[in-house]
Amino acid sequence: MYEIIRGPLVWIAFIGFFGGMAYQFINMARLAKKDRVVYPTLSAKFGMRSVLHWLVPFGGRNMQLHPFFTVLSFAFHVCVLVTPLFLMGHAVLWQESWGIRWWSLPEAVADVMTLVVIFACVFFIIRRLVRPEVRNVSYPSDFVLALLVMAPFATGFAAHHQWLPYKPMIIIHGLSGVLWLLAIPWTRLVHMLWFPFTRAYMGSEFGSVRHSRDW
Amino acid sequence: MADLQDIAIIDPGVDDNIAKLTPERIETTINKVLTEECSARLEAYRQTCVHCGLCAEACQSYISRNGDPDYAPVAKVEDTLWEMVKRKGKVDAEFLHNAARIAFIDCGACRRCSMYCPFGIDISYLIMTVRRILNLLGVVPQYLQDTTNSHAATMNQMWVQQDDWIDTLMWQEEDAQAELAGTRIPLDKEGAEIMYSIIGPEPKILAQLIANMAIIFKVAGADWTMPSTDGWDNSNMAMYSGDFETMGRVERLHWERAMQLKVKRVVMGECGHAYRGAVYDGPRWLGWTKPPIPMVHAVEYYYELIKSGRLKIARKIKESVTVQDPCNIVRGRGLHDKLRYVVNAICEDFRDMDPRYEHNYCCQAGGGLINCGPPWKLSRMKSNKVKAEQIAETGAHTVITPCHNCHSGIEDIIGHYKLGCHVSFISEMLVKTIEMPEA
Repeated sequence: MYEIIRGPLVWIAFIGFFGGMAYQFINMARLAKKDRVVYPTLSAKFGMRSVLHWLVPFGGRNMQLHPFFTVLSFAFHVCVLVTPLFLMGHAVLWQESWGIRWWSLPEAVADVMTLVVIFACVFFIIRRLVRPEVRNVSYPSDFVLALLVMAPFATGFAAHHQWLPYKPMIIIHGLSGVLWLLAIPWTRLVHMLWFPFTRAYMGSEFGSVRHSRDW
Repeated sequence: MADLQDIAIIDPGVDDNIAKLTPERIETTINKVLTEECSARLEAYRQTCVHCGLCAEACQSYISRNGDPDYAPVAKVEDTLWEMVKRKGKVDAEFLHNAARIAFIDCGACRRCSMYCPFGIDISYLIMTVRRILNLLGVVPQYLQDTTNSHAATMNQMWVQQDDWIDTLMWQEEDAQAELAGTRIPLDKEGAEIMYSIIGPEPKILAQLIANMAIIFKVAGADWTMPSTDGWDNSNMAMYSGDFETMGRVERLHWERAMQLKVKRVVMGECGHAYRGAVYDGPRWLGWTKPPIPMVHAVEYYYELIKSGRLKIARKIKESVTVQDPCNIVRGRGLHDKLRYVVNAICEDFRDMDPRYEHNYCCQAGGGLINCGPPWKLSRMKSNKVKAEQIAETGAHTVITPCHNCHSGIEDIIGHYKLGCHVSFISEMLVKTIEMPEA
């Protein structure tokens, strides 16, 4: 089972993820041509200006109004992207499988980053249940997505520290990781792909058309 | 839970017309707009919104209604457009009744929420798409539809007839001459530097504003003109009722008139959404990237006149003032600094609002809201408690509103919440403060 996950399933996950993202991107680029205002409005200068403001913590007024959420949200996004790529256990796999030598995170740092992801996901779920304006627009899929993002981190952490039997845990870890990658292009997790574009478009509208700021 | 009193409001333009619809017509109309008129933006926004609710606190109606989650921008889109997408257009009469209330009354398309969404989702565009669908179904609040009908039939918002138009201008010219001898309202002066553009309510109910502007032009020594025939009004309620075909006709005629007069630029009176219609919504619908002739809003023009010394301030307004940042010229044109320059130049005691500039709260009157008329007035008032509190905090005697919708909306708020202050356009203050030449 483990060999299947390490072998063919990883290929399926990567091909599915990159293929799905490429398909979504090409499809959107085509749709954007039909939406006649998109390309003429996009401006590199104002688009970048907006993206940068929203990539810097506290770069916008809304981020200043919610300091705890801002810090947690930034920490979560950094950890969720960086940890899987630079975890030592994964670096070993990169090297064994494809001979790619990779920089890897010290173990303690990776542990903390994993805990940040798990804590943030739990926080997001509780926030969904507690805050009326968020609960009002929360669907089962929103909770499932938060759990799906958390799953590879929680199972990986449990397996690594051998809190639960290693073999089944690492299998669930691998499977949930594959599912997560496959889900990104087809669920709201695709905001990972669209963030720079929706932001850049709004920044362009505000900047070049409306001569004002959008942060 | 949305306000039960609001849900119970019956508007003939909405409810009588919903009663005439068949399920087939509803479905085909919705799907036609979703597939033929919308594409990348709708799809990207639908896929991207993670339901985080961070847009909620951007909206004055959400804040004013004590955090009622149904008034959060994300809920407004979920309960209208995304539900139409999910149900593939198969929605019923009750759904449309609520969608009309949400899209026409609870959202002023002020775009404040786009500045609070981490992804920059253009929620106002999504609500305008709902309005577009409702318009094609014939479901538009009656008073708002009447202004659109007026645009379609007379090319102005308020059924002003040709003879009334000329007559009003001549009457205002005489009034202006009583204040400052030699003041003219030059009609159809080909090759003038400026065409002055106003909106329907000015000749209809606020005619003295035209005389004010004539005096300002005279003092500044401006070379200006106004059209004697249709094309003078680009206030464009059709833009907000979702009748984009009529919107396009209004804007095209306005710009054609300016081109015929061979003016170098158009000065837009103190109106925000006319400015928006002429500068971007109209040109976009017509397939232009920008207007054929530059347009400056009155605030920009006053700034230019005062800064260059063409208008000199003889005496300042003594009473305390605050200023409303109209969405379409501040969030929509970045004129907040010029606005404050003008206000500080003519007023002694200026007290700013908090939050201000692009972050100032919406007036809950623009975007077609106030045009939905009396049935919805109380709902508008409930949705703008926060504006009343914000104005009261400044303690100002007068709220300066360089936009017709902000002006009328804030006048309503002042009355409803008994704030005891007044509203004023800048032009009304300028004619009291500028140095007049010796007669």
